[in-house]
Amino acid sequence: MTYDTVATFSQVSSLLLFIALFLAVIIYVLMPTTKEKLERAQRSALDLDTPNSYEDER
Amino acid sequence: MPDTRAEKATFGSLMAIIFAIAMAFVGISIGVGSPSGGMSFHGWCLAATAAASIYFILSHMAQDDGAPSPLSSSDAVNYHDAPIRFATIAAIFWGIAGFVVGDIIAWQLAFPALNFDLPWTSFGRLRPLHTSAVIFAFGGNVLIGTSFYVVQRTCKARLAGLWSPWFVVVGYNLFILIAGTGYLLGITDGKEYAEPVWYADLFLTMVWVVYLLVFLATLWKRKEPHIYVANWFYLSFIVTVAMLHVVNNLAVPVSIWEPKSYIVFAGVQDAMTQWWYGHNAVGFFLTAGFLGIMYYFIPKRVERPVYSYRLSIVHFWSLIFLYIWAGPHHLHYTALPEWTQTLGMAFSIMLWKPSWGGMINGLMTLSGAWDKLRTDPVVRLLVVSVAFYGMSTFEGPVMSIKAVNSLSHYTDWTIGHVHSGALGWVAMVSFGAIYCLVPWLWKRKALYSIRLVEWHFWVSTIGILLYITSMWVSGIMQGLMWRAYDKLGFLSYSFVETVEAMHPYYIIRATGGLLFILGSLIMAYNIWRTIRGDESRDAAEQPRVAAAPELRLNPAE
Repeated sequence: MTYDTVATFSQVSSLLLFIALFLAVIIYVLMPTTKEKLERAQRSALDLDTPNSYEDER
Repeated sequence: MPDTRAEKATFGSLMAIIFAIAMAFVGISIGVGSPSGGMSFHGWCLAATAAASIYFILSHMAQDDGAPSPLSSSDAVNYHDAPIRFATIAAIFWGIAGFVVGDIIAWQLAFPALNFDLPWTSFGRLRPLHTSAVIFAFGGNVLIGTSFYVVQRTCKARLAGLWSPWFVVVGYNLFILIAGTGYLLGITDGKEYAEPVWYADLFLTMVWVVYLLVFLATLWKRKEPHIYVANWFYLSFIVTVAMLHVVNNLAVPVSIWEPKSYIVFAGVQDAMTQWWYGHNAVGFFLTAGFLGIMYYFIPKRVERPVYSYRLSIVHFWSLIFLYIWAGPHHLHYTALPEWTQTLGMAFSIMLWKPSWGGMINGLMTLSGAWDKLRTDPVVRLLVVSVAFYGMSTFEGPVMSIKAVNSLSHYTDWTIGHVHSGALGWVAMVSFGAIYCLVPWLWKRKALYSIRLVEWHFWVSTIGILLYITSMWVSGIMQGLMWRAYDKLGFLSYSFVETVEAMHPYYIIRATGGLLFILGSLIMAYNIWRTIRGDESRDAAEQPRVAAAPELRLNPAE
């Protein structure tokens, strides 16, 4: 096993890992159930009862 | 084992006293045993702080056992805010000290005679004093104070421990004192932003581990099921700084009585470790932690939730995945392998996306409430800081591109870039958070004067603009003069000619710094009057959120 083989393996595998992790985050936040849960959670954590302008537009 | 609340509190106080006695012994041993004058002085500093702590614990141990106040409703949390008040005042003190030292060395660059030919006031000793005072002392106290405030409020839980949070704030400030006086006495590791020597590093590690445990234990006992995003940013800051600090300071002292030590890394590995640390001090200390401030204080001040909470999650994960790889851009065109330099550059450019995603999320939280930008200067401080964040995180990736870096590196452009982030983003968002926090922590109905905040905002902003524009001109000119050749291939300018050419810009920069100090003095006066409880001069002009939560009128009333 040469240095180049190890370097290529680590570079390609970490690239794929990063893409997979990023996709996992995107899928998690875009799931319809997540959205409602998070919007409620943040308002409760911040003690805010005012509506979210972003949500009102929808 | 102690079982009632009062017994637990007494047991905790006893443990704290035993720990303080142990620290006093360590301090006295170093004070007596070290042949190095500076290290001996630091031993006595530790012993004196430990002795004062014992007195403080004994005189306060019976007063607060964490039980809810009988006057408040049964579900109200008795928040542990005294250490936060300490950190807030410490932040203002160190901020002004750090700004003043920075401006002194700025004037020294324009007029070298101002170092008075004394070793203690030379540029080489004052410069790390300036950087440590503003980044670690000012920024660090703001981060510790706000993180303790935010984690309690968003978790609806009292801070874990009675004396542990006190150890974090007092211990951290003692570390700053030891580090800062060390530089003046000539005690340094010589690693940029990691100058404190091995015993200061060890002490900071202890403080930091307790900080992490207090934060985690508070999250653990939260009443709110969801962990709010600001806490994620704070936690990533605490965990990553622990890792960076320990690895970058792995050193073997020549003796336990001497400040001198040898780092375990050598050559380019040492350089890479140093800038892996150095850039992530920017990424996790000066960015992630202050984004925690942004995600709490902007929504609270404008009374609107974050623009997109889902974006904040994408922002968090992409920012922490990418930042950790950006360090090699500090070592372009050095002995570092070419691919590592390219990697650092590529990750720096990718950082545009999470940085701007976060900036947009912070700015758009105002959507529907943009008028507050005109009417509330505290909101303006917070929002303009986010705008500066966007600007400096655009400039940074540009400068990480190798072709640009070949012009910008080692010039004043870098200094200007750092200060657009440090003054524009970090300090402005901290000022905004302090103006929010002080009436909330000291239970005041309003700030002493919102018009003084207005003055602070404009004086500082003009100061920052003078600073960064003069450094752009001076830095790019400097880089161009260094690389200019004549038709025979000789360098067109000698080094001293570039120094001479920069002189006017150094004066403009130092004047900008002076304005920034003036702004911070206005803040200190305003905060002092607010804490003292003086009647507000313009309470009617302040929004209802300026008041402490328990003193606020409902919007309907």
